[in-house]
Amino acid sequence: MLMLTCPVCGATAEETEFHAGGEAHLKREGPGSDDAAFEEYLFMRENPKGVHLERWRHVYGCGKWFHAARCTTTLEVFGTYSAQVLEPPQEIKDKISAKRPGWSWRNYS
Amino acid sequence: MSDVVTALNGASWDAGIARVEGVPLQGMITLRGDFGSKALQAAAEAAAGVSFPDVRSAQCNGDSGLCWMSPDELLVLCPYAEVEAKVSALSDALKDSHFLAANVSDARASFRVSGPHARDVMAKLCPVDVSPAAFGPGDFRRSRMAQVPAAFWMCDSDTFQIICFRSQAQYVFDLLKVAAQPGSEIN
Ligand SMILES: [Zn+2]
Repeated sequence: MLMLTCPVCGATAEETEFHAGGEAHLKREGPGSDDAAFEEYLFMRENPKGVHLERWRHVYGCGKWFHAARCTTTLEVFGTYSAQVLEPPQEIKDKISAKRPGWSWRNYS
Repeated sequence: MSDVVTALNGASWDAGIARVEGVPLQGMITLRGDFGSKALQAAAEAAAGVSFPDVRSAQCNGDSGLCWMSPDELLVLCPYAEVEAKVSALSDALKDSHFLAANVSDARASFRVSGPHARDVMAKLCPVDVSPAAFGPGDFRRSRMAQVPAAFWMCDSDTFQIICFRSQAQYVFDLLKVAAQPGSEIN
């Protein structure tokens, strides 16, 4: 079972109280971007076996978006953090490193 | 003039491990705004006659109260007959700020589940720890009941009060009856 704690309201529940919002920290490419960058933004997603960073929404609860760092194989959640950041905070990266030494995900490690 | 009735017009059910009943007409106001604003806090407290609630808490006194819905949304409870006056008072008090005060009384349905096995009934329907150590009077939770959104709190240690969308009232009442069917206690 995937258990998440919403960092906005502090409620802990299993995943059916939430809604998955896809991969985290995408950089939006708009008008003026080149085709390769736009294709990357629109279609290319990570599909890792292990550490993954995602967006989630507390859809049945407080309604707010947040980020989650979790393991796709064990469903272990390393931590959840604010939606208003462009990359995982150091505190979250440290928590992942403690459990999965040597991890990397896109440009983060 | 039509008679105003609740969604299930006072339905109740006593044949199982807990009593399930519709709550009489209840005034409900969605109040959104900046929780850091002293004016908003004062207006909410004045409307309900209780103090401003903490995160995931409800301050209730009979059919008046304040429930924490999200970091920018409160549910104000008040007697049904006073709801329009309360909305006007909130709107006057907050008119210089960015806010929303909407009467949602007739858009919602409310139920009570009571008795020593009320926690069993709620535990079957919501992905929420409702053990006495984790949830008690004063706590407030928005979650889901089976397939629909719901919010609930405890009036006392044996009684839950639930709010759901009015269009889903029959579904929620039926869910509660199934979850409370005779012999279904969780031991
Ligand atoms: Zn939340």
